[in-house]
Amino acid sequence: MSPLKKLLEIGSSPHISSGASVDNIMFNVVLALLPVTIFAVYAFGTGAALVLAAAVLSCVLTEHVLCKFAGQPTTVGDWSVAITGLLYGLTLPPDLPLWMVFVGGAFGVGVGKFLFGGLGMNAFNPALVARAFLQAAFPQAMTHWQMPFIDDRFTHIPSSVLAMPFAEPVYDAATQATPLAQMKFEAVFAADAQLMYGLTTGSVGETCGVLILLGGIYLVARNMMNWRIPASIFLTVAVMTWIFQQIDPQTYPGPLFMLFSGGLMLGAVFMATDMVASPITHIGCWLYGLLIGVLVVVIRFWGGMPEGVMYAILLANAVSPHIDNLIQPRVFGTGRKSG
Amino acid sequence: MALKPVSPTDEFVKGLWRDNPVFIQVLGMCPALAVSNTAINALAMGAATTFVLVMAGLSVSLLRKFIPKEARIVSYICIIATFVTCVDYIIMALSIELHRALGAFIALIVVNCLILGRSEAFASKNKPGRAMLDGLGMGVGFTFALLFIGIVREVLGSGTLFGVSMFPDGFQTWTIMVLPSGGFLAMAGWLLIVNWLRQKEDDAARRAAEAES
Repeated sequence: MSPLKKLLEIGSSPHISSGASVDNIMFNVVLALLPVTIFAVYAFGTGAALVLAAAVLSCVLTEHVLCKFAGQPTTVGDWSVAITGLLYGLTLPPDLPLWMVFVGGAFGVGVGKFLFGGLGMNAFNPALVARAFLQAAFPQAMTHWQMPFIDDRFTHIPSSVLAMPFAEPVYDAATQATPLAQMKFEAVFAADAQLMYGLTTGSVGETCGVLILLGGIYLVARNMMNWRIPASIFLTVAVMTWIFQQIDPQTYPGPLFMLFSGGLMLGAVFMATDMVASPITHIGCWLYGLLIGVLVVVIRFWGGMPEGVMYAILLANAVSPHIDNLIQPRVFGTGRKSG
Repeated sequence: MALKPVSPTDEFVKGLWRDNPVFIQVLGMCPALAVSNTAINALAMGAATTFVLVMAGLSVSLLRKFIPKEARIVSYICIIATFVTCVDYIIMALSIELHRALGAFIALIVVNCLILGRSEAFASKNKPGRAMLDGLGMGVGFTFALLFIGIVREVLGSGTLFGVSMFPDGFQTWTIMVLPSGGFLAMAGWLLIVNWLRQKEDDAARRAAEAES
């Protein structure tokens, strides 16, 4: 930029900015997600790599095509839709047919984000909208969990991943129920360490809780994520679970199991903190996390499904503007104490 | 400025597209979303509603001079309920499976706002012939709309159309389309297309008007 141009840039205050822009934050989110993504490909092999690639591609393509269709400049360049795609891919089973990944991605970005008005307007997290659609449309395929660390995972592509569009997938990979399904239907609790280091079955990027936490801590350290939301979720889930475990340790697992199993880590750190769909005020963030935590525990313990993080976050997304409205601070000089 | 006299054919045609009860007026959503999970159900519900619309239109129009203004809604409901009961028994006689599939939604035709709306807004102010034509047009438009939604939901949700398999074996059915949420999705998809077409129509009309002036 020439010095002359710079001089002519006149704007109102504030004149000093932190340098945080959409692309900058999104780039840092990519960095934070990198370890999780690498671990996912390492644990699940080619299937996970293909699913992740298809998820990113489907979201980016949908956004680009819809922008062009609406006659707007394409917003693919700010990386936010690529993050949506990556997060969406991380929530999918590793042997999901690619055509389903594309259908979900198109739905999530098209309906969950674009119809609401694009970045900054979406009421719900688009990645979770995509996943919720797939969960309702293809419940069998979405609850089919490939074993991690099978020997030929880098040389062999699961046949289900390459299923023809609109065809039912045929499975050839070894599968196992997720720890949460085992807890719910067989009353078997996986060891906490197994869950933390990602040695269990599950969605592509949800298994290794430690790496997700690491990414979250990085984002909090860069002041690019609201730490109150995940903290509130963890606290709520841990306290509620602890109480129930004290009552009946045979039926209810411990707090560590609940925190590190299923999509809770990934959901709390990367999904619930969606800057657009979460509350703005600090108390609002605590309340929002509390709501998600309670919903997760209720769905997992007494609901029909083994996992409920996705629905908990989507429901909390729906009420987050109302939370903000409810706890507006009193404007100075007005209200009850104005006297 | 005098109103242009409306031709009888126009009374019929307006329900098909310009004033389509489902896609334009967005009336009668309850059956449109609930029983459009297969094309057969949609067709049956459409036919039943059309019959009630025509007969209620005729009766309300004939009785329009005798029904006191204060008690008109009650009277319309009584008239509509009579014909709905007829339809209920006819469907039961024709096919008990269909009757089970439609369930409570046959009885709920009584409170379908479309029928009440046409009785209130049209039949109570017009001659019997026109009221019947209006009812027929609205009914056919309603049936078309339900059929459109039903076809999408049945093809995607069950892989069949009118019970006939549409795809080779191994088709992955979209469970969501059979569920109630699928009704909302299919409905929204059609509304998107209809509104887009209407916008294009309006734009073309405006451009033609501008070119004239």
